[in-house]
Amino acid sequence: MIFTAIMFYLFAAAAIGSGVMVVSARNPVHSVLFLILAFFNGAGLFVLMGAEFLAMILVIVYVGAVAVLFLFVVMMLDIDFAQLRSGAAKYLPVGLLVGIILLAELVFVFAGWAIAPRVAGIAAAPFPSNAAITNTRALGDLLYTRYIFAFQAAGMILLVAMIGAIVLTLRHRVGTRRQVIAEQLARQRAETVAVVKVPLGTGVAD
Amino acid sequence: MTIGLAHYLTVAAILFTLGIFGIFLNRKNVIIILMSIELMLLAVNINFVAFSVTLNDLVGQVFAMFVLTVAAAEAAIGLAILVVYFRNRGTIRVEDIRMMRG
Repeated sequence: MIFTAIMFYLFAAAAIGSGVMVVSARNPVHSVLFLILAFFNGAGLFVLMGAEFLAMILVIVYVGAVAVLFLFVVMMLDIDFAQLRSGAAKYLPVGLLVGIILLAELVFVFAGWAIAPRVAGIAAAPFPSNAAITNTRALGDLLYTRYIFAFQAAGMILLVAMIGAIVLTLRHRVGTRRQVIAEQLARQRAETVAVVKVPLGTGVAD
Repeated sequence: MTIGLAHYLTVAAILFTLGIFGIFLNRKNVIIILMSIELMLLAVNINFVAFSVTLNDLVGQVFAMFVLTVAAAEAAIGLAILVVYFRNRGTIRVEDIRMMRG
């Protein structure tokens, strides 16, 4: 129990610290790296809560794909980040004000909120009572049966996002020479090779 | 000391507030704004999983997975739009985007 508490405070402190660094780092590359750290610590919190599958998905999807995508874009675009940062101090009071108001609202919500006494009986999908069933298995049982349509819709969203990203960023440069296989295959001997009879001593004209 | 629901909700609330704060602090830099949104979605996911475990209901984790899916799609599309915008204008200043109105 004490180990769990120590790990919780470790993960929570690292997540919040790296969250602060994400929004305040001068260099966007550092921001992305701190975002990766924040996601790792979020995954640690998930493991502590007992949601192992989501923790692994978080590491694979966010650290492996999304954060690397961010890193790629940050490094690929040649942006003057110092110029983008100018005037950040101007927005600091507004940001602090909005943040504090939001945090106060969340605190008020927590203070005046309690779990309904009947809630244990109305769970839509209670955890399996058999302790041998892992979190991944339980999630899969639920996802592939009751939520199969939502799962398919999520797949469609990813497909549309993929096609959209490709269509947006694909560009055909004019002037680049590409291999056109159809043209190569359609070549006839007559338009390629010319047999010239050269008379002695005159040379080839063209 | 037992780590309960309130601890996780506190962490999630702080992370969410940090995301909001980041959007205001980096108003000119779209990349940091997108990262702040990812941070907020992480906070939402922590909330979903914490409630799922506390209330003994797996649906929260299923929903967290869908949130993850949509977040990944959003990041991909957002960055693609960003790349196209940078190609056309040579900058990613958010304030310049209003010049695109017809």
